[in-house]
Amino acid sequence: MTADRQIASAARRILAVVVAVLAGLTASAAMLAAPAAASTTDVATDCTPDGTTACVSPIVLDENNEPLPGVDVTISGQGFEEVVTSTDGPVSVAVPEVGSYTLTLDPATVPDGMQPNAAERQVTAQLGSTARGAFSITAGSAPAETGSTTEPSETADGEGASTDDEAEASGIGADGSTENVSGWPAFSQVWQQFGSGIRFGLLLALASVGLSLIYGTTGISTFSHGEQVTLGALLGFVSINWWGLPVWAAVLVTIIVCAATGWFQDVVLWGPLRRRGTPVMQLMIVTIGLSMALQYAIQMVIGGRSQRVLSSNARPVEIAGVTLSAASWLSMLVALVVIGVIAWFLTRTRIGRATRAVSDNPALAAATGINPDRIVRIVWTVSTGLAGLSGMLLAISFGSFTWTLGMILLLLMFAAVTLGGMGTAFGALAGSIVIGLVVEMSTLIPGMPSSLRYASGLLILILVLLFRPQGLLGRAVRVG
Amino acid sequence: MDELSRILIQALGQLIAPATAAYALAAIGLNLHFGYTGLLNIGQAGFMLMGAYGFAIATIEGAPFWLAFLIAAAAGALLAFVLGIPTLKLRGDYLAIVTISAAEIIRFAGRSTLWAEYTGGASGLAGTAYKGTFQDLSPLPDGRTAIGPLEYIHNGSDSWWTRIFAWGVVLIAVLLVWLITRSPWGRVLKGIREDEDAVRALGKNVFSYKMQALVLGGIAGSLAGMLFVLPISVAPDNMGRTLTFFVWTVMLLGGAATLFGPVLGSMLFFFVYMLLRTGMRAGLSDVMPAQNVEHLAGLMVGVALMCIVIFRPQGILGNKKELAFDVR
Repeated sequence: MTADRQIASAARRILAVVVAVLAGLTASAAMLAAPAAASTTDVATDCTPDGTTACVSPIVLDENNEPLPGVDVTISGQGFEEVVTSTDGPVSVAVPEVGSYTLTLDPATVPDGMQPNAAERQVTAQLGSTARGAFSITAGSAPAETGSTTEPSETADGEGASTDDEAEASGIGADGSTENVSGWPAFSQVWQQFGSGIRFGLLLALASVGLSLIYGTTGISTFSHGEQVTLGALLGFVSINWWGLPVWAAVLVTIIVCAATGWFQDVVLWGPLRRRGTPVMQLMIVTIGLSMALQYAIQMVIGGRSQRVLSSNARPVEIAGVTLSAASWLSMLVALVVIGVIAWFLTRTRIGRATRAVSDNPALAAATGINPDRIVRIVWTVSTGLAGLSGMLLAISFGSFTWTLGMILLLLMFAAVTLGGMGTAFGALAGSIVIGLVVEMSTLIPGMPSSLRYASGLLILILVLLFRPQGLLGRAVRVG
Repeated sequence: MDELSRILIQALGQLIAPATAAYALAAIGLNLHFGYTGLLNIGQAGFMLMGAYGFAIATIEGAPFWLAFLIAAAAGALLAFVLGIPTLKLRGDYLAIVTISAAEIIRFAGRSTLWAEYTGGASGLAGTAYKGTFQDLSPLPDGRTAIGPLEYIHNGSDSWWTRIFAWGVVLIAVLLVWLITRSPWGRVLKGIREDEDAVRALGKNVFSYKMQALVLGGIAGSLAGMLFVLPISVAPDNMGRTLTFFVWTVMLLGGAATLFGPVLGSMLFFFVYMLLRTGMRAGLSDVMPAQNVEHLAGLMVGVALMCIVIFRPQGILGNKKELAFDVR
């Protein structure tokens, strides 16, 4: 009897997972169908490298170093594969990601009686340049190898041409000038970075408070929270650029849809698993799978490029000696208000107090008449909604985002939550501000490349674990 | 029909591909962490990247092959040691957080301009720069051999020699894991996984045992990184979080805490993954661009990982009782 029920519930869960995936796919397909968007995923045979595009170009030459048309070359790597046919002119393909690619010559398409000098080439695609791999095809024996080359392109434009994609994704936006100068910085620079740090900290706090609440109530360190942040940025981008919504409406749509994903996850995934008594260890691995699925779903929609949420140029506004874009100031205001609301919610409302009670001691909370299951569902919903808001505001403040946005933020969120004390909502807020300040101000250190500033987050993480594992606001408990 | 046999042969090739061996070895290391000791390492790609850089940079600086091999192993051991000191005395998820962060930081450091002189920055290191010493070791004569439908050159990047070496290393690793996990030492590890406090009560130094397991698994990971880059090039962006997640999928598919689980998991995973990708590319070419097929395949891997953990946490070969432990 129980076996029957188990089978039935297993079948229901499979069904739920399938439905969830299908729903995700339909949504992505619907987004793909939207106008003006599909072009980003098309593979064109002429690619102009710029700050956000990396190109790969196979070159097929005959013995006189003239282009040889009609030879098929497969470009594969980074989960990308495309067959291009050489022509009389240059052929290049925009690839979704930087990294190494393999060009493989199809020997069947080489003219009879001729011999390529190599069957495959390795090239490394970089933003702002075309990676070329040359094959030379001659009659008879193979000549000496010429190898592959990467040439910087003249057409690379200013922003992001020399920076890497992550740095661009969360940092170098329209406003913050994070370039290093030699020698120690002036006070105005320090003050400016302080302002940027507060901005980053506030926006980060929106996401990490959720992470901390989830940890507190369920014990799960959720690795999919980073993708929830990216999802928010993506929804902001889609609703403003594809659906043409005004910004305030886009913010609402983002929060509602992201919160709905959290609610939905709890209904089909976390809730049933909780009732089954699945160990937290396994739940954490499930979040890894979810993170991977979401990451690829996001890539299906926006591809590998960085996207601008607001198409208009940022308007710089100076307040108290700190120059940030108007959108950034507004984002900070929104973040402050929302954080205020969360604080009020957690300390003054029944549900908020119940949340903290569950976080403190689930068994005791249940004994006092609180339904922990309901609280956890609310926490998942609120947390993912906040993560979405955070992602959208970050994308607006920094100007652009890529699918890697959440990956980097996840690391900083963990650092912030550990610093503040895992499971404490206010600790997460304090920790986020500190991490935001450290990350932005570490760029002031002479000779520090901006791509390494996230390393400061790890440094803090390790120092905290060494000296105060319970975090700033956590309670000291013996762990191990 | 032609199309079908091409797809099948491509998938068959994955069974013995060097990358499959590299994943198998990385999963063997992860299995030592997670399966046997219960340590949540979510940064195996970081260990692999350390090994790849260690081997490539040492070779470029003029080290002979076996010295570079040792340096690769030492790089992984060092990383494990550094990450283990602050985390192994704490609850399990701190190690998870620190390893996932460290793996990303190593990737950032590798691609940053600061050490670009050694690491090649974001574009990484070209394979030709460090493959020489390895390919010179090959005892095989030049030429090509076909075994069944699979035909490769003897020497070179994508060659039989690379395959023989990679699977040889995997075989040795399996043998070592078999030897150490059936020893008293291995039983202490399993004891730590099941109940740390009980083992501590028996007078064992749990921290030291955990550290040894972390270091050994880290060495396996870094050697896997070396195998991973031998047929291709060192590209830091190739070895990010997705790599770690694939290694996890491979290990859990085959079965954590089993001897052959990682190897079986790796072969099966890449066979199916290749079949899926090439099949979908052929089947869905009218519906979506090739790039989206890749993303769809990745999405399916993510869902598959979730389903494995939910419905069969012990994988194909494992024992469910061995996977019932929890973080503490």
